[in-house]
Amino acid sequence: MTTQYGLLGLLEEAPRHGYDLKLAFDRVLSPQRPLPFGQVYATLARLERDGRVSVDGVERVEGPDRKRFAITPAGRAALRTWLREPLHPEPHLQADLYVKVVLAIILGDPLDDLLDAQRRAHLERMRELTALRQSAPLPTALLADYATFHLEADLRWLELTAARIDDLRTHLATRGTA
Amino acid sequence: MTALRSDLEPHTAPVTRAVAVDPRPTLEATGLVKRFGQTEALRGVDVALSAGEILAVMGPSGSGKSTLLHCLAGILAPDAGEVRLDGQRIDDLGETARSRLRRTAFGFVFQFGQLVPELPAVENAALPLLLNGQSRSSAIEAAEVWLDRLGLGGLEGRRPGELSGGQAQRVAIARALIAGPRIVFADEPTGSLDSLAGEQVMNQFTEAARTEGVAVVLVTHEPRVAAYADREIVVRDGRISGAAREGDQ
Repeated sequence: MTTQYGLLGLLEEAPRHGYDLKLAFDRVLSPQRPLPFGQVYATLARLERDGRVSVDGVERVEGPDRKRFAITPAGRAALRTWLREPLHPEPHLQADLYVKVVLAIILGDPLDDLLDAQRRAHLERMRELTALRQSAPLPTALLADYATFHLEADLRWLELTAARIDDLRTHLATRGTA
Repeated sequence: MTALRSDLEPHTAPVTRAVAVDPRPTLEATGLVKRFGQTEALRGVDVALSAGEILAVMGPSGSGKSTLLHCLAGILAPDAGEVRLDGQRIDDLGETARSRLRRTAFGFVFQFGQLVPELPAVENAALPLLLNGQSRSSAIEAAEVWLDRLGLGGLEGRRPGELSGGQAQRVAIARALIAGPRIVFADEPTGSLDSLAGEQVMNQFTEAARTEGVAVVLVTHEPRVAAYADREIVVRDGRISGAAREGDQ
């Protein structure tokens, strides 16, 4: 889903060949995981079918024809709509973590051990991301920031849950798990 | 979103640090107990800090983390337990000796309100050297170098009221580092800053500390700030949480 708008956005910046488009996508939008060529061409074919991009020209430079793609007015409109629309604020909470914590509360197991272990694991990862952010080019640094903030949110939720543990246990004891 | 997440899957490359951490403890506290009236703020805390190490002290409000910092730094005397700097006990020193120690071996950064409002940035940064009896001209010169290093070149003449929160914290960091301390104690140094200013302060603070080989005790409740440290301990109800595993690190 995001890939097609990423490609549209880069085409709005300038018309490009599929290969150049892929390189720009990898550099700016997905520095850690290159987009497979197959996906680039499949997405471009779909965008062309939907009238969101058009072939702007064909070049032949020692080898196969290279199509240059450009964004169409319909593509521009679709891109603008997507940019303006907020993403569904889906909680990033990892389901496993949530289930572990709730089970620990239900079973009366100490939450502090779980919290300590998870904090250690999260902070180790956050340290790596912090080091990465200090040395990486901007797109990677932005992704590292993004990941860091989400890991921090996990930890804050865990801390808050641990701080409310007595209330939660009382709640479960009086109302049960039903 | 899944793409973003998998882009940053844990990688195996080790985290590189500018200065290798010396495994021998520079500062070591054992069995620290501190009471305020009926309240036991610290209930038997052990901590060891290696030379050049950055240690985050985390924990909820009221857990005792600031009290721990104050005991380690010789600001408060513990009711029981010992604090040693390079093997020498410092918890039983008299106030004059502790005050000298705080001026020479330690540096401090607090959340806010630590700069002298009447003095320009350069004189605030130079204060430890001036208090240690260094000549005014050489102290000011050293302060100018430090302010420049922390990205404050050109702001030397500004008073604290004319600086942003982040700039003021960087002046405080220059002041904490200027006398070449062994350890800097920082209590919520980014607590009053927004995310961007906080990040800039932490980047420059930790980079300067690592370059100088200065150890840091960093009290923070923010995981993002703690992630600048080499490791973390958590204080909960006056004890180190998960202390049994401390030795495994």
